[in-house]
Amino acid sequence: MKKLLFIMLCTFSLMVCAKDAVPLAEDPLIEQRLISISEEMRCLVCQNESLAGSRSDLANDLRREIRTLIREGKSDDQIRNFMVERYGDFVLYRPPVKPITWILWIGPFVILMIGIAGLFVYLRRRNSRVLNITLSAEDNQKIDALLNNAGKEGRDS
Amino acid sequence: MKAKFLIPLALFIVLVIFLAIGLNRDPHELPSPLINKLAPAFDIPQLSEPNKTFSPASMKGQVWVLNVWASWCVACREEHPVLVELAKSEMAPVIGLDYKDQRADALAMLAKQGNPYLLSAFDANGRVGIDYGVYGVPETYVIDKAGIIRFKHIGPITPAVLNQKIYPLLSELKKS
Repeated sequence: MKKLLFIMLCTFSLMVCAKDAVPLAEDPLIEQRLISISEEMRCLVCQNESLAGSRSDLANDLRREIRTLIREGKSDDQIRNFMVERYGDFVLYRPPVKPITWILWIGPFVILMIGIAGLFVYLRRRNSRVLNITLSAEDNQKIDALLNNAGKEGRDS
Repeated sequence: MKAKFLIPLALFIVLVIFLAIGLNRDPHELPSPLINKLAPAFDIPQLSEPNKTFSPASMKGQVWVLNVWASWCVACREEHPVLVELAKSEMAPVIGLDYKDQRADALAMLAKQGNPYLLSAFDANGRVGIDYGVYGVPETYVIDKAGIIRFKHIGPITPAVLNQKIYPLLSELKKS
């Protein structure tokens, strides 16, 4: 019980921290767009955090910069370009589809296809092997005897 | 038939190779999109003479090195002797970009540790740093005569980087 309380306290305090990572500006509309844009971006200092959630100094500056761009009436794409021009595609959590990222986008499906093809070939081969076996009357009697025995043992135990 | 049993082993080895490569790469060293692009323009006050400004345009026709540093940055202290050596070699002027710093702290650090910079520009709010895609001080850029960024190094310059990358690049760029 104590442990549970401790865990709850920990997660709760984390939630509190996460909240004040996003400073509220005067205009809720700007803030909403800022969050929707920066959630899709990586904070370069702590790379597994989004720009929206990071409390690093650079993330703060970049959020300030994005706010300014929003106020200037820039579109989401223009803002994304602004970031990519400076930090590269790495800043985007959703990398753009272009020749260098083809492996990234298509690779998993190719591997899935190979897997499905492999499975298909394996199953067909196994099926053909099973069908080739023909049972004689003697075999069938043996099987029946074994099954009956197994049934009895199953009931006994 | 026996070879079949080796397939999982082979797959495992491939996996290990991928992991080994992945784990040995520094995720903080990102390729900069600014390479072979014009160095972003700025015009901001200098560190030691606040009433004067510095702009990269004034370096046109020269090969030069831009080093982003700050007095609060520990890795910069580690890098400092290497920069002093670079400045002494007189291969290229070294310009500092004092990133998000306090003027007094920065000047005190240069007074104590020596000043490798021809001058430092004072980027108080980090706006210039954003244009240069700075995310981990120290960072170093080599800029050619036409004002194009030719090389970027993230993190402290080591003597090896200086000798194997920066010196050869500087002499090559100076020839052209």
